[in-house]
Amino acid sequence: MSRREDTISFAQSVNEAIGLAMGQDPSVICYGLGATDPKGIFGTTSGLRERFGNERVFDMPTSENAMTGVAIGAALGGLRPVMTHQRLDFFLLALDQLVNAAAKWHYMFGGQQSVPITIRLIVGRGWGQGPTHSQNLHAWFAHIPGLKVVMPSTADDAKGLLLESIFDPNPVIFIEHRWLHNSVAAVPHGDHRVPIGKARTMRPGKDVTIVSMSYMTVEAMHAAEFLDRRFGISVEVLDLRTIRPLDWAGIFESTSRTGRLLALDSGFTTGSVAGEVVARVSMSLLGKLRSPPQRLAMPDTPEPTSPALTRGFYVRSGNIVNAVLQGLGRTLIDVETEMPEPSPHDVPGNWFTGPF
Amino acid sequence: MQSELDTRLKLLRTMHRIRMVEEEIALRYPQGNMRCPTHLSIGQEGVPAAIAECLSTDDYAVSTHRGHAHYLAKGGSLRGMLAEIYGKATGCARGRGGSMHLIDTSVGFMGTSAIVGNSIPIGVGLGLAITLNGDDRVSCVFFGDGATEEGVYYESLNFAVVRKLPVIFLCENNLYSVYSPLEVRQPPGRSIAAVAGAIGVHTHVGDGNDAFATFQAIRNAVDAIRRGSGPWLLEFSTYRWREHCGPDYDNHIGYRTPEEFEQWKAREPIAQMRHSLSETGFDVTAWEAPTLIELSAEVNAAFEFAESSPFPAPEEAYVGEYA
Repeated sequence: MSRREDTISFAQSVNEAIGLAMGQDPSVICYGLGATDPKGIFGTTSGLRERFGNERVFDMPTSENAMTGVAIGAALGGLRPVMTHQRLDFFLLALDQLVNAAAKWHYMFGGQQSVPITIRLIVGRGWGQGPTHSQNLHAWFAHIPGLKVVMPSTADDAKGLLLESIFDPNPVIFIEHRWLHNSVAAVPHGDHRVPIGKARTMRPGKDVTIVSMSYMTVEAMHAAEFLDRRFGISVEVLDLRTIRPLDWAGIFESTSRTGRLLALDSGFTTGSVAGEVVARVSMSLLGKLRSPPQRLAMPDTPEPTSPALTRGFYVRSGNIVNAVLQGLGRTLIDVETEMPEPSPHDVPGNWFTGPF
Repeated sequence: MQSELDTRLKLLRTMHRIRMVEEEIALRYPQGNMRCPTHLSIGQEGVPAAIAECLSTDDYAVSTHRGHAHYLAKGGSLRGMLAEIYGKATGCARGRGGSMHLIDTSVGFMGTSAIVGNSIPIGVGLGLAITLNGDDRVSCVFFGDGATEEGVYYESLNFAVVRKLPVIFLCENNLYSVYSPLEVRQPPGRSIAAVAGAIGVHTHVGDGNDAFATFQAIRNAVDAIRRGSGPWLLEFSTYRWREHCGPDYDNHIGYRTPEEFEQWKAREPIAQMRHSLSETGFDVTAWEAPTLIELSAEVNAAFEFAESSPFPAPEEAYVGEYA
């Protein structure tokens, strides 16, 4: 692996990973609605058709279910498809192929064959995406034996995990949060790999463990910085990076050291991965916990569209700060004055003008 | 090129073999040792037998919950199939799939699905792989009339046409989806093949109980596909004799009539083939005697293998989530 690195965005990193995989292995193909259009799925597939041709990089009919089956069949025939959906919500049409075929094929046929497909799903929040254009339903996929579910939060992990996903012999759901696409990091050149199933300590700490994934890790890092600066509280942020398989050893190790757990989730509260983290930690480490484990996730209600309705709707660093303070028995801050919601509150930053 | 007589005899032999296996399953099923949903193909042997003469082991096939005949026709291991139905470690899926999940990749039989329509796009994906790999194979997708009511069927046909893939869609129309007759599911007089034709696949409609005519139609389609014609859909009428799932007859429960059954049985594929052979002066009975003895020995040995094979260890259930 080269030590050289460039500071590039998450979206560029995804693009680079697909390009590298296609360059390395002629069996890798890449398709999805809009994969070859002028926008190139937020830039993540731009230039690939020019480099690798129409046969290997193509747009597709609006047939999410069949095209997932096509990916499975193509994989059984020796290819490694990378399929992309601009929003996870549309991929729900393909649950039969994903759950009944892709996830089962290896086990159900006695381990004779595997289905090496990577399905990129983009999730988000805000900007009026509303009830059916932003859902973080990763917990559904994490429930299914036979799938791997990857949710990176940084540009370097996006590259390393996407390459690992494409060359993994199993079906991998690779979830990208739209609010991360423009985030930048130093990303190693070349064939940079990050193993699936290992969490990453984003920030070491000794008082509280925050377990997080995808965009929530960004909010967790803001909260951890604030807690350190304002109160001298030392927060360890563990970015899961993969939610199936889950790095239980990493979670247990950190939580038994700090004695406190706050699990974050970008999805709905009930049935969330954060709930599973709280459950397992409670069952396995109860004696080592110094306060009850906590969880912060999306409200159990569909996400509304109007910016008026989403004010205060999302879990933000201010909520995380107060959850940590509450767990430590400390006085809460007044979020409105100390960590006010940015305005506008429903975009990753003022510079963001879409497209979503 | 083999003679018509040779072809007819091969078709008859395959049909006898499939029926003998299925009848033996029906006979032994009540013993309670085949503990999985089992959908028999008795009465529907014509199309699978014809396919057996048209595809090589390099070609791919995927099928459905009613997949025994397709698996056997493609050359799948009989022992592996029976052991699988018995839930044994020697089964083609090591006891994990049962009757509805048959596989034998050594002969290009890539799997069957228990979900209606589920394997159709997978067969199309195999067609895409053939094209991108530059292979000279054909991907054969078996399904029934019920699957043509699934959205994924239309999506799959469409993509196969858009990319001109080497796929042969084989629809065995047996008139019923479980107990639901075609007339409550599709408008009267509308042809499955005609709808598919409007999507852009080449089509053919035939009598699935006439195994030789079915063979000719499939061979023409497969030859055309190998020459680059793009996908074909062939719809063959046929009829299942037994209940949707299980070993019994069910003409008495009221969703179809004994008269209808008798009409179809009178045109059943094995009797039709025997009749047409006899008409040419061929002594079918003399040819059949050793053939049936040979098949019977094979089938009995395979059942013995399946019944005497070991079960997988319970711990096996937790092994192999991932490749």
